Amino acid sequence: MAELALRVAGLGKQYRIGTRHERHDQLRDRIASAVSGAIRRTVRRHRAGDPSSTIWALRDVSFDVRCGEVVGIVGGNGAGKSTLLKILSRITEPTTGGAEIHGRVGSLLEVGTGFHPELTGRENIYLNGAILGMRRAEIARKFDEIVAFAGVEAFIDTPVKHYSSGMYVRLAFAVAAHMEPEILIVDEVLAVGDVHFQKKCIGKMDDVSRQGRTVLFVSHNLDALQRLCTRGLLIDRGRLSADGGIETVVARHRGGLADGDGLGQFRPAARRGTGWAQVTGMRLMATDGTAAGATPADEDLVVELDIAAHPAGGGRLRGLVLEIGFSSDEGHALFTVMNVDDGGVQLPDVTGCTVRLRIAAPTFVPGRYRVRAFLGVPFLEHVDEIDEAFTFEVTPPVHPWRPYELSPLRGRVLRRGEWECTPTAVAAVQESGV
Amino acid sequence: MIGASAPVRTVPVTLIGGARRRRRVDLAELWAYRELLYFLVWRDAKVRYRQTVLGAAWALLQPAMTMVVFDVFFGRLARMPSDGVSYKLFALTALVPWTYFATALGSGAQSLVGQQHLIAKVYFPRLLMPLAAVITPLVDFAIAFVFLLLMLVAGGVTPGAGVVVLPLYAGLAVLTALTASVWMAALNVEYRDVRFVLPFAVQFWMFATPVAYPASLVPPGWRAVYGLNPMATVVEGFRAALLGTPGPSGMLLPSIVVLIVALALGLAYFRRVEGTFADVI
Repeated sequence: MAELALRVAGLGKQYRIGTRHERHDQLRDRIASAVSGAIRRTVRRHRAGDPSSTIWALRDVSFDVRCGEVVGIVGGNGAGKSTLLKILSRITEPTTGGAEIHGRVGSLLEVGTGFHPELTGRENIYLNGAILGMRRAEIARKFDEIVAFAGVEAFIDTPVKHYSSGMYVRLAFAVAAHMEPEILIVDEVLAVGDVHFQKKCIGKMDDVSRQGRTVLFVSHNLDALQRLCTRGLLIDRGRLSADGGIETVVARHRGGLADGDGLGQFRPAARRGTGWAQVTGMRLMATDGTAAGATPADEDLVVELDIAAHPAGGGRLRGLVLEIGFSSDEGHALFTVMNVDDGGVQLPDVTGCTVRLRIAAPTFVPGRYRVRAFLGVPFLEHVDEIDEAFTFEVTPPVHPWRPYELSPLRGRVLRRGEWECTPTAVAAVQESGV
Repeated sequence: MIGASAPVRTVPVTLIGGARRRRRVDLAELWAYRELLYFLVWRDAKVRYRQTVLGAAWALLQPAMTMVVFDVFFGRLARMPSDGVSYKLFALTALVPWTYFATALGSGAQSLVGQQHLIAKVYFPRLLMPLAAVITPLVDFAIAFVFLLLMLVAGGVTPGAGVVVLPLYAGLAVLTALTASVWMAALNVEYRDVRFVLPFAVQFWMFATPVAYPASLVPPGWRAVYGLNPMATVVEGFRAALLGTPGPSGMLLPSIVVLIVALALGLAYFRRVEGTFADVI
């Protein structure tokens, strides 16, 4: 068996959540506590945090990576993939556990970090290379190769502020792609440039992994991962939930829904707001009136949620604005509806209620979607905000229906339009279609 | 947590987290990153005067203009004593190291906060940031220093043999700037109050430093206490070396002691909070 490249044991990272104001606590608080001689204890309390205002971005993650393995890390947004990479790149320290890395690490969490707009392409190659941990001699040796890869020969002595955004990312990626550490850590950076350049990037990464280097990839581009990696790690809500062949792990990630795993379940992982009233439950309703995890694309989408004001607060729900937002599994917001929109409903003057929202069919292209909930007064008060209240699946249409093509590439939201066609004179044909 | 041990044949092993949290400054690692330090300094020096009309002339305009103002108000109107030297030269000799210090501290304090992007995305010893920030203004200092020498020649002053100790005082200025920067940069990450405090602090510090007045105004018994301000020693040292004034006798030792203690504590604090910079910044 190949030598150990990386050992991660019981890794955990806890973040304090809350407003910036809380985090940058005031100097005067510190001074006050220093005067009382309690600064040490304050620091400790501050670090440990009380459980209600902290969140575990990563919890108890352990795995080994052998030399030459190419590992793809997959997981939903906010699952903790980037936190893991940040810890392994030593950008931030873990709260618990540790890791042991054998070899020089090159980490690429973003392309073009440290590029300075006033400097020329040539100067930025050296600067960025140094930031990524390359030696000057090494950069000098690969200089021509980098320039050729980026295709910016003609502009190499022009300040990069005059570059097009395409040239800029190409150059940035080219520098990074020529790092030669023993262990390479790459966050979602394959998605830069145009399609042609993306292919080139994936090709380059392909070369890298063939050279027997140890690589850790994070990407939402599952096809690319399947092509580049041999092994996969699935991270779900901060925990390592699968570790195995890339095909298996990707399949598990793609079809986590297939086993119905967590679909439709109300799991408010992170919520913000003053909290005097809360969304206490939220679910997708099937046509038979029971909670479900999936719904066909051609049936009305029904979401039900329970809202309750905290008994001690004496607050009533009347006047609160309720928003329900839908986003794709990659986290792109698709649309949001509010109870104050036309056709909406006022929350009653009570301390608890159940709200039902119906979105008329057809809804979405089959796939996985997330639901966000917001309760509050826009611009004034966030009472309760849940980014990912639950996830559900849209399954293919059940009724005979003729969509031209059901592909996410053509958009996520299914709409029907009203069409009209007016005959025109022959001469107009060359001008335009409809 | 680190240990970029540099073995000859085995691969370097890095440890993250756990009991291996580091407290001491890893000099070997800093050395390994010297090229990055060089590039950071080179970048800042290169970019500093881009898109300015006067360019590097700013480096000497600042002390020169301040000299004129000081000369008018303190030299002519207030008739400030100047240890028997022309007040203009007396002030300029102090302003050149002082301007360096003020500039270095200003950029040092912003060095981490101003590079949030880098801190959040790349690992390198964070100490490189304040270090680069106090090294870069040495370029300005060199330009201003040449200007100072020209002014001395024009003023008919020929420095004596005392000039050989000048590098010592220049080094002391760099060390003072570094010490203050390490503290301010680290504090600034968590407490943005630093941004508001600093301009005042620098102004107060200047009045606590014999820039506009001679240290000989301070009663002899208080000189050791006065020496607790290392910049006072630097400024008096510059004058002694170039103008032949009495110099910072009795002030050097307290300055060095203060610097060593403050730097050690500053580095310890820096190391302690370093691991959370990326989370807090």
